[in-house]
Amino acid sequence: MTLNPNAKMEETQNGTEVYGFDPLIVKSHYEIDYIHSYAQDSEFFVALGHKKIMGSKCKKCGYVYGTPRGHCMMCGAETEWHQLPNEGKVHSYTTCYFGSEEFLPETPFHLIMVEFEGVNSLFMARLIGADAEDIYIGMPVKAKFRRNQRFLPTDVYFVPSEEALKAVDNSKNGKK
Amino acid sequence: MKHNGRNVYMVSGGVTKFAKAIPKMDFRMRVKKAFDYALNDAGLTLNDIDGSVASYFADHFQRQLMSGIMVQDYLGLTPKPSKRVEGGGATGGLAFQTGYEEIASGRMDTCVVYGFENMSHVNTWKGNEFIALASDTNFDYPVGGFYTGYYAMMARRHMHEFGTTVEQLAKVSVKNHGNALHNPYAQSPMKLTVSDVRNSPMVANPLTRLDVCAMSDGAAVAILASEEKAFEITDHPVLIKGIGTGTDTMRLADRPFGKVPLLPNEKESDYKKLEYPGIHSFRAGRSAAKEAYEAAGITDPLNELDLVELHDAYTSSEIQTYEDLGLCKYGEGGSFIDEGKPALNGKIPVNPSGGLLACGHPVGATGIMQGVFAFWQLQRTIKKHFGNDKLQLPNPKRGLIHSHAGTGTYVTVSIMEAVK
Ligand SMILES: [Zn+2]
Repeated sequence: MTLNPNAKMEETQNGTEVYGFDPLIVKSHYEIDYIHSYAQDSEFFVALGHKKIMGSKCKKCGYVYGTPRGHCMMCGAETEWHQLPNEGKVHSYTTCYFGSEEFLPETPFHLIMVEFEGVNSLFMARLIGADAEDIYIGMPVKAKFRRNQRFLPTDVYFVPSEEALKAVDNSKNGKK
Repeated sequence: MKHNGRNVYMVSGGVTKFAKAIPKMDFRMRVKKAFDYALNDAGLTLNDIDGSVASYFADHFQRQLMSGIMVQDYLGLTPKPSKRVEGGGATGGLAFQTGYEEIASGRMDTCVVYGFENMSHVNTWKGNEFIALASDTNFDYPVGGFYTGYYAMMARRHMHEFGTTVEQLAKVSVKNHGNALHNPYAQSPMKLTVSDVRNSPMVANPLTRLDVCAMSDGAAVAILASEEKAFEITDHPVLIKGIGTGTDTMRLADRPFGKVPLLPNEKESDYKKLEYPGIHSFRAGRSAAKEAYEAAGITDPLNELDLVELHDAYTSSEIQTYEDLGLCKYGEGGSFIDEGKPALNGKIPVNPSGGLLACGHPVGATGIMQGVFAFWQLQRTIKKHFGNDKLQLPNPKRGLIHSHAGTGTYVTVSIMEAVK
């Protein structure tokens, strides 16, 4: 049995960073590593290593998704994996000069929504290899893949396709 | 959908002044201030309240789970019934409607809906990161998760489809910051010009710093009551005539390219070539409006509404929302602002308070703040609460409040009506 009226908590040298005293504002740190499962979306991330962009196709109604999902939002049926083309067009775009803290060091960067021929919905991605003022809706783009996979959706990114270059040359020469 | 419940009234409201950071008060204290304001204004005491709904968005901002019960506790409302409601940017609108349902169902005769957000405990860019976690963390967030970036792509597509210009977007900022000059609760009242907006730093083109709302600390409270109770409390309650809620896919990429769900004032031939909603429009906003208009018996929104407080987190979303609400046809949002229709003295004043752009956006409080401002307008008590009557509309009978989440994932529309 222990009943010790002289018990004393051990002192530490940790201290606390204080930003201000009125009111008292202190630094409170937090970080965590998640054990994140991609679950039914896993195949998409694996396939990027084989230079394939996988979407989904509904087994029942045939709707084709530019970003995969396990079940169809149109009819509720299960989908199957469906390989998307590696070329598409810019459906919309922006250049971010600010961003979330995680991506601030990468600014400015371009975000695009990609539309693919024969696919009913879009895909969000980064675009590189173009200045902000040179991007336009309808611009032909092609997918490129990171060699060292990070198993993130940015393992695929887009660049202007040769067709986009040709269009610029043609307009310079006065052709349509 | 039919709403067959009891009539629901708003009987009082309170708002704290929104600010970038108010470290001297925590979220509980802020709600307490707004709550006491609302109680005092209606001559109510704690005993008059049957239960509550707590409205707040993110647990991350303070690393505090169950903030709702901490407020319930601080206000002295335990052991009465309460629940938290959450749905991103639309949290306030959803909570307001949950309060409506508590009364309409007959469960409660009085219900307080309190909303708050404490965003100043993290820096602005960490705050943006937290907000971006409200996008799909498998496919959207890792690409460069940033809500202004998502909205910029939607704005760009709206410009492409309909010829909307950056100057038209800027006019929304000029209007809303200008209205807020007379709103003592607003975080950033400003007298601006279109070129001020265009010359402010680019955040994600075409959206500049002045096209985007700020983060805030703030709280807002609405007290709702049944018909019998409402007229006991005040001879000037405001009827909540109808509510509507719409939803859409989490990922922008999944939005379909289909047909417009038509309002009574529209025809299929209006939109022959339009692929809808794509990423240019908010189908959830349209669905919410459709349901609320049906419940309130509105067939011609532009002529049957006297004011709108809508979720202008971005200038572009205000223009897109004019169209979703049927104040004009799809594609006419840009000319709607050019013609001055949403101005304070226009055909239908939109965001006479200054909206989110100028009042600030403490997420869980925002949708309730809109309810409070619309309530004071319809009660014609703006002078009493603002200390000046510059923003009091002459004789408003019917107002609409609109709360909006994510890239348009949850949207609420509620219709409020003066009783005299
Ligand atoms: Zn299907």
